[in-house]
Amino acid sequence: MSVDAVSVPIGRDVGVWRRFPNRVYTFCLIEVQKLRHDRTELLTRAVQPVLWLLIYGETFNRIHAIPVPDGQSYLEFLTPGIIAQSGLFVAIFYGIQIIWERDAGVLTKLLVTPTPRSALILGKSFAAGIRAMAQVVVVLVLAAIIGVNLSGNPLNIIGSFAVVLLGAAFFSCLSMTVAGVVLKRDRLMGIGQMITMPLFFASNALYPVTIMPGWLQVVSKINPLSYEVDALRGMLTGLSTAHVGLDFAVLIGWVIVGVVASSSLVSRLAR
Amino acid sequence: MTVPSGPSNSPSPSSESPASESPASEAPASSSGFRVALEVRGLRHRFGDFVAVDGIDLSINRGEVFGLLGPNGAGKTTTIRVVNTLLPLEEGTVEVLGRDVRRQPMAVRRLLGYVPQQLSIEAALSGRENVSWFARLFDVPRAERRERVDDALAAMGLAEAANRMAGTYSGGMIRRLELAQALVNRPSLLVLDEPTVGLDPVARDGVWQRVEELRQATGMTVLLTTHYMEEADALCDRVALMHLGRVRAEGTPRALKDELGPGSTLEDVFRRHTGGSLEGDDKGGLRAIRTTRRTAGRVG
Repeated sequence: MSVDAVSVPIGRDVGVWRRFPNRVYTFCLIEVQKLRHDRTELLTRAVQPVLWLLIYGETFNRIHAIPVPDGQSYLEFLTPGIIAQSGLFVAIFYGIQIIWERDAGVLTKLLVTPTPRSALILGKSFAAGIRAMAQVVVVLVLAAIIGVNLSGNPLNIIGSFAVVLLGAAFFSCLSMTVAGVVLKRDRLMGIGQMITMPLFFASNALYPVTIMPGWLQVVSKINPLSYEVDALRGMLTGLSTAHVGLDFAVLIGWVIVGVVASSSLVSRLAR
Repeated sequence: MTVPSGPSNSPSPSSESPASESPASEAPASSSGFRVALEVRGLRHRFGDFVAVDGIDLSINRGEVFGLLGPNGAGKTTTIRVVNTLLPLEEGTVEVLGRDVRRQPMAVRRLLGYVPQQLSIEAALSGRENVSWFARLFDVPRAERRERVDDALAAMGLAEAANRMAGTYSGGMIRRLELAQALVNRPSLLVLDEPTVGLDPVARDGVWQRVEELRQATGMTVLLTTHYMEEADALCDRVALMHLGRVRAEGTPRALKDELGPGSTLEDVFRRHTGGSLEGDDKGGLRAIRTTRRTAGRVG
């Protein structure tokens, strides 16, 4: 056998436009395979949204303490907020995985494959989206069981999954950016804990922005979670004040910012 | 040689694409072209004030198994990490089959298979999924993927364990799984950093045997680092002895030993050229390596 015939790699460049979707697909596929091997995480992560809907939601539904727009029930108003929240909780700790991969030496191997840093990050952020979407299925099923009136229109449901994907992609980029700065798992855990609740409470997930004090309304206007919830309300509950188009645009903008920020830091993890 | 030239030949805005479009058409391998697989000239790399690699030259021919031999802290791993684009090239030139690591890092990565020192697989995936993952990351065409993945697993003796979770593998199996991951793309240059460190003797023999079979079957070019002289003796066509960031001696193990007279070992050769022991002062193995690695990480 000639030496030359075997020393040319099989894989060849597919061009920049196919490489990105290929890599994103690959990382999503890996995430699905991992989920299939270990389903317990899906169940344990389902506990928290269940508590929010069944205990907090049912209670506040009865006491009518929060003024809800469009004559919706509070549960109707709350469910999109809880969907967004469960996606947020999955994504905000996703950077732990990249630190784990760094510690395990897998990240260095990924970085010497012909994968641009930005494609690696985009792939991982969409993989976080896959995990978040699996969580959303759980919340949607639960909401249907307790009789929350949500849109059954397939387009609205597909749109909702897309919004959850974008939201999780951004928050996982935020997490991976922090990971690239702190480089340590426990520090990332701490920072994750620190920013999750402010992101959640300074958003429209639990109550309408109109009842917030002025300064909090400003924070909520910047908070990507508010746009995610707004889009979900527009599509799932037909909220009349929702700006679904704007929400998508803002989320896509945030995802681009997040991918640029964390891909510029990911090489730090490989040193 | 059949390398299909599909849509990849169309011009693309990516700066790295001209070189990485079709390795075959670029490398006139069959003619006088690239007889040299790896060319390193004047490579110098610092971590802060610490000079890890202090101006080394290496030239590795195609089909050769080349060993960088030296104690922990000699600069072997730093050299390898510049070659495989993990560390930026600060000073000197490094070319893999004529591709410059500074200007065409993506084209270089496409030619390389890399197994790091640390045992590193995705424990939550099966062996086959681990290999298939890397086949996708190297753009192995879908039509061939399944076959290539199976071939790589079989070549490393993992066909039967392929569907088991990688987390259940022994150390030697994990290392062979990593070799399968690195080989699934049939790289032009296989880079192994301390391939048998931390493995028990049986597992070590297993890895050696696979590497030996591989080079006999394919004539693949291999660059490996080691601080085990038996490993260098058993596997390498040529070795370079590194000490404190410099290459102190280079040649075939036979020639280096013959210089010292009959009955000499590579250990003797090393002592002669450096005044120190090959195993280094620390008998440390993994812990010592990890410490230097962390320090390097903080400084860099």
